[in-house]
Amino acid sequence: MIHTIIAYVEDKPGVLNRVASLFRRRGFNIESLAVGHTNMAGISRMTIMVNAEEENLAKRIEANLYKLVNVLRVDDLTHKSPVSRELALIKVNADSKTRSEIVQIADIFRANIVDTASQTLILEISGSAEKITRLLQMLEPFKIVEVQRTGVIAIQRGDDQDSSDPPIFETQ
Amino acid sequence: MAILSGAQITMEVLVKEGVEHIFGYPGGAIMPIYDAMLDYNIHHVLTRHEQGAAHAADGYARASGKVGVAMATSGPGATNLVTGIATAMLDSSPIVCITGQVPSQVIGTDAFQETDVTGVTLPITKHNYLVTEIEELADTLREAFYIARSGRKGPVLVDIAKDVQNEKIEFEWIDKPVKLPGYRPDMSADQKTFQEAADLINNSERPIILAGQGVIASGAMTELLKFVERTKIPLSMTLLGLGGFPASHPLNLGMMGMHGEAWVNTAIQEADLLLAFGMRFDDRVTGNLANYAKHAKKIHIEIDPTEVDKNVKVDVAIVGDLREMLEKLTPYTNEGNREEWISAIEAHRGDSAVRDIKHMPDMGHLYAAHVIHDIWRLTDGDALVVTDVGQHQMWETQYYHHDTPRSLVTSGGLGTMGFALPAAMGAKLSCPDKEVWVICGDGGFQMTAAELTTLAQENIDLNVAIINNGYLGMVRQWQEFFYDGRYSATPMLSPDFVKLAEAHHATGIQVSQREDVETAVRKAQTTPGAVVIDFVVEQEDSVYPMVATGADLDDMIRRPKPEIEW
Repeated sequence: MIHTIIAYVEDKPGVLNRVASLFRRRGFNIESLAVGHTNMAGISRMTIMVNAEEENLAKRIEANLYKLVNVLRVDDLTHKSPVSRELALIKVNADSKTRSEIVQIADIFRANIVDTASQTLILEISGSAEKITRLLQMLEPFKIVEVQRTGVIAIQRGDDQDSSDPPIFETQ
Repeated sequence: MAILSGAQITMEVLVKEGVEHIFGYPGGAIMPIYDAMLDYNIHHVLTRHEQGAAHAADGYARASGKVGVAMATSGPGATNLVTGIATAMLDSSPIVCITGQVPSQVIGTDAFQETDVTGVTLPITKHNYLVTEIEELADTLREAFYIARSGRKGPVLVDIAKDVQNEKIEFEWIDKPVKLPGYRPDMSADQKTFQEAADLINNSERPIILAGQGVIASGAMTELLKFVERTKIPLSMTLLGLGGFPASHPLNLGMMGMHGEAWVNTAIQEADLLLAFGMRFDDRVTGNLANYAKHAKKIHIEIDPTEVDKNVKVDVAIVGDLREMLEKLTPYTNEGNREEWISAIEAHRGDSAVRDIKHMPDMGHLYAAHVIHDIWRLTDGDALVVTDVGQHQMWETQYYHHDTPRSLVTSGGLGTMGFALPAAMGAKLSCPDKEVWVICGDGGFQMTAAELTTLAQENIDLNVAIINNGYLGMVRQWQEFFYDGRYSATPMLSPDFVKLAEAHHATGIQVSQREDVETAVRKAQTTPGAVVIDFVVEQEDSVYPMVATGADLDDMIRRPKPEIEW
């Protein structure tokens, strides 16, 4: 099954490389990885989607991430019903004949049209990875020119922060 | 507050960390540190190759438990360290490697002797650093030492840009704890887990302890002895665990695994409980995982949580420092009586004794096993032995019996040929009063033989026993067993080792008869400096027993029983 793993990491050069290298070296399969700054200075947050079929594999991935000196905290949100979102920009062929149909599809998916040109449209969509995949399937007959997906980001629902143990320390 | 250069700050930190020896090789990008070194009371050993420096630091660390230090310049200097770093990584040996890097202004431009050393060593270090800001230098070096020696130990590399070495700032050493918020070497188990483990132990009938290097790394020798004597559970050891529990103790069965003792492997397969103490179920000790100790529950005490359930799924995992965990676990256990189980194991020994080459006459041949057994006898089992990798290494484990921790230094996980001689150099410097013996093959010796001159330059007194069979013996053995005896690239011509020793300012002796072994060993013991004994042994002998790759642990190739009675 696909696990949603969150890693808080120190915002230092090479940290992304360390995480990526760990997954490559141990043969863990990354589905997607998204990383960005947090509200805490010097700390970034990664959402890693990883395919862990084998029993205990997700736990081992967690332990391996912890072992990296620059990783401050790891949470597996898979069974904590997180809010998960992915963003995608999709450039699709659209002429006068097909444009209105594409706009209708975009409406159904609550995608925004963010650019219009004579032969193409750019759609912006956020949602679950499945939703984006379904939109892409719907757009396929119109010929997709280019797609950029961000990878899933996730955060736990409710008042609880992911967990407080171990805490994230402020660096410096 | 003094104004110091980065080079001086580096040396200041090394002094504060208690470093006595640096093994290294200078070059352009590390020259400022080498210059500063002259003003500090730290001894530098100039190895003949940076690989030797890394192995020497590793040998120093393994023999003493202290952090070993290797130093090299950028580019080729640093990449030559790589094999040594990987060796230390696989065997959790605490070393700090300091490399010079091209000036920060030209990093990334393919400058002369520039290599992305932190990139190259990322998967083979516990952690590594590139220092481009002098303000970060001292803390980084302190962190490096702390990470290397804490938790599951390992190599740390610090790559220091040359401009940082030259730059000067106001510096004052402040004795403060290292602050690493993401580093937790001290995770430990809760009370409930100890009770679960103890229940398994107390209810077991055929338990066996698998003791690994964690016993030595955490200093758990006394705690393990107490545990064993209370529970009366027999114990077996991994290669790197040897010495962590006295070989002469009646409950010590010996080594497990691919070339472990037959009765040990059989006992593991018949056990109803495995107690894995500071070991990681390497493929060389488990054999075929699908049929490994199928009837046994498993308890794993291990400092590194990533090792839990990695190769073998366990029933109870206790994560923490082995010494502390054993101290906590022991009171939960009952005093045991396992005589029935122990005599069942002991019953298997007879068959092994019949096949043991130790008990066979030499008939004019010189057998490696006999040589090593003689060295054990003539050193009263009290030498610090450093082995290389291959047949001689396995014979060493079978015929040199180690009663004390850190008396065997050997490359286990990575299996690095060429390790022995430089590692022994480091080991001897950390334990100058110990009698140090290198046991190596003719192949491995030639990989790093140039370090003989380093021994001479440093007046290091150690003895080298080359088990010379004219083959890359372990590969030849595999070819004999698994490749229809097709000896591809294993026959090997060696130089005249006696002359080679003499050319390197050492003493050389050649021995080809059993009756000359004792004289040669005695001469080596009384001759100052390095002594190389070329033992010309039986060419096509094999190490038995052997569990073939992928075979079940108790499916062993055995030495044939002798055809004649004597």
